[in-house]
Amino acid sequence: MSETVLRVKDLRTQFALDDGVVKAVDGVDLEIGRGEVLAVVGESGCGKSVMARSILRLVDKPGRITGGEIWVRDPAGGGLVDLVPADVRTVRQVRGKRIAMVFQEPMTSMSPMHTLGNQIGEAILLHERVTKAEARERTIELLGRVGIPAPERRVDAYPFQMSGGMLQRAMIAMALSCNPELLIADEPTTALDTTTQAQILELLDSLRRDLGMAVMLITHDLGVAARLADRIAVMYLGSVVEHGDTASVFRAPRHPYTKALLGSVPKLGSGSRARLTPVRGMVPHAYQRPTGCPFHPRCEEFMAGRCEVTVPRPTAGPEPGREVRCLLYEDGGGSHKNAGLSKAGDSAGDGTGDSEGDA
Amino acid sequence: MLSFLGRRLGWMVITLWAVSLATFFIISLPPGDYVSTLQANAEERGEVMGPAEVAALRERYGLDQSFFAQYWKWISNILLHGDFGQAFAWNNQPVGDLIWDRVALSCFLSVATMLIIWAIAWPIGIYSAVRQYSPGDYAATLFGFIGMAVPEFMLALVLMWVGMRYFHLSPGGLFSPEYQDAAWNLGKLLDVANHLWLPILIIAVSGTAGGIRIIRANLLDELYKPYVVAARAKGLPEWKLLLKYPVRTSMSPFFSTVGWLLPGLISGETIISIVMNLPTTGPLMLGGVLSQDMYLVGSFILILSTLTVVGTLVSDLALAWWDPRIRHSYEGG
Repeated sequence: MSETVLRVKDLRTQFALDDGVVKAVDGVDLEIGRGEVLAVVGESGCGKSVMARSILRLVDKPGRITGGEIWVRDPAGGGLVDLVPADVRTVRQVRGKRIAMVFQEPMTSMSPMHTLGNQIGEAILLHERVTKAEARERTIELLGRVGIPAPERRVDAYPFQMSGGMLQRAMIAMALSCNPELLIADEPTTALDTTTQAQILELLDSLRRDLGMAVMLITHDLGVAARLADRIAVMYLGSVVEHGDTASVFRAPRHPYTKALLGSVPKLGSGSRARLTPVRGMVPHAYQRPTGCPFHPRCEEFMAGRCEVTVPRPTAGPEPGREVRCLLYEDGGGSHKNAGLSKAGDSAGDGTGDSEGDA
Repeated sequence: MLSFLGRRLGWMVITLWAVSLATFFIISLPPGDYVSTLQANAEERGEVMGPAEVAALRERYGLDQSFFAQYWKWISNILLHGDFGQAFAWNNQPVGDLIWDRVALSCFLSVATMLIIWAIAWPIGIYSAVRQYSPGDYAATLFGFIGMAVPEFMLALVLMWVGMRYFHLSPGGLFSPEYQDAAWNLGKLLDVANHLWLPILIIAVSGTAGGIRIIRANLLDELYKPYVVAARAKGLPEWKLLLKYPVRTSMSPFFSTVGWLLPGLISGETIISIVMNLPTTGPLMLGGVLSQDMYLVGSFILILSTLTVVGTLVSDLALAWWDPRIRHSYEGG
């Protein structure tokens, strides 16, 4: 892998609410190299957005990062710095400059009281030594670059005078303003209609290629992920259950959750009239986190006596760079912790292991 | 924008005309008039006013004419000559003079309390919202509830008593007895200041209490909007971000009520003024109502209505200046 721009290790973000603690992000490991596109996919409520916000320490109270490491390139130059214990100054220097973010709803993500030029230019003025006139020049240039017509007029427009698609372009321009090495796009197309969606994704893709910036694309749309991403990370209840390069994960998914997600997507032109198979059940309530493997109540390949007891650990393979968290793939040693606890464990594990080999 | 302004001004004139008519109608509604009040007072003293005397008085004040004739006489004098008529109960002094004499003090009181309220309520309100449910927020909330719940006159009475009993002050009134008839000098000025801080404080307490609650609520509405997070993601320092984005947006409701201060300038804090014996406009109006002094009361209500209507326009313009969304809706429509 090329030079790392972001390495997240065992990140944990929790919300201490009156009725209990919600573990929104529960041990996420991720790594993104320069110029790489990583798609983070999963159902609503699986912690994708909170994870993305945690990276820039943007989680509002009562949310709190309770553990883990977030390594990014040090804005002071040279080496990596961990943002979790870092002081506010360092975090602020990373925000917008090293890592920029594009949000879900362009309509509410810009202040209605300030012009586009004001809000975009602000980021430039904040991180770079430029005059106001230069910042304005660059803002106009950026607006043109993201495909906004008549940027020299639009620079003085207010967000409510723009369409959603145009605003999301402006948000992207704002994110690009200081040439970040990583762009976190948190469901950038969810609030837009399909045509506009395609245009925005096209734009992200071309910008990525032109500028060589890495992108973390948070989405629940597997099609989007397949089109843009080099690698993919599947999240379920706050942890990454499977990750690897997009092609191999989509071709041969290993985790039952990934399989279930792929099974719920219609395939164009496959000719089959088969019904779609949705993922069984619902995402469990945040307070009632299942024991063991968090996916076990919904899993098609649930192994009684093991899955509800043991928390699966990451298992590598078969291709390099792939990893899955599922007891199906943990070797016999995977169950050694609770060997005494589960009698049927080993045989069940072996059985499914074989059938998986055939698939 | 100009057409908007023109339309608004047109409506303002119509509104004021309707208000003046309604005002005059209402003050002439109660049975009897100023002369019958005079008559009753005379009878209380054991005197009797002859019918001739009564009729002469009625004619002199124009009270024997029809409603519309009286209205026309009143309104045309105001519009054409700036003459608000005479206050019967105040020795037929011109109403205008009576009111303007007291406006200075009323204005000073209103402006001073307003500035104090803003200066205290804004920082505390912002703090209270940003540190919601912190000890500081709870303290501000407690103060807010007490300040709003305790009636002003009660606070005034208690503080006056405390001032007299323990600090040997002479609260109430505008001057200490020794300066009552003295010419203006530094001593007299200090004496006035010494008398005014207490009413200002009392009026400011409830205003500040309400202000804190409103500012806190408005700001809490904005504080967690996506645009605040997006601005934070740009790397703005927290305090700068706070003032530029959520505070700025949360001030819109404030601007939409800023024009109401205008009638407040002249209405005079009636209750406090009566309790503390301050010669503002409030007690004057109350006296006018009690003695059925129709020109005095009518003029008062007309001036207050005018200021309210003008204030509303000022509010709308201030809001348009402050909030681009409003500005553009005016320009579009």
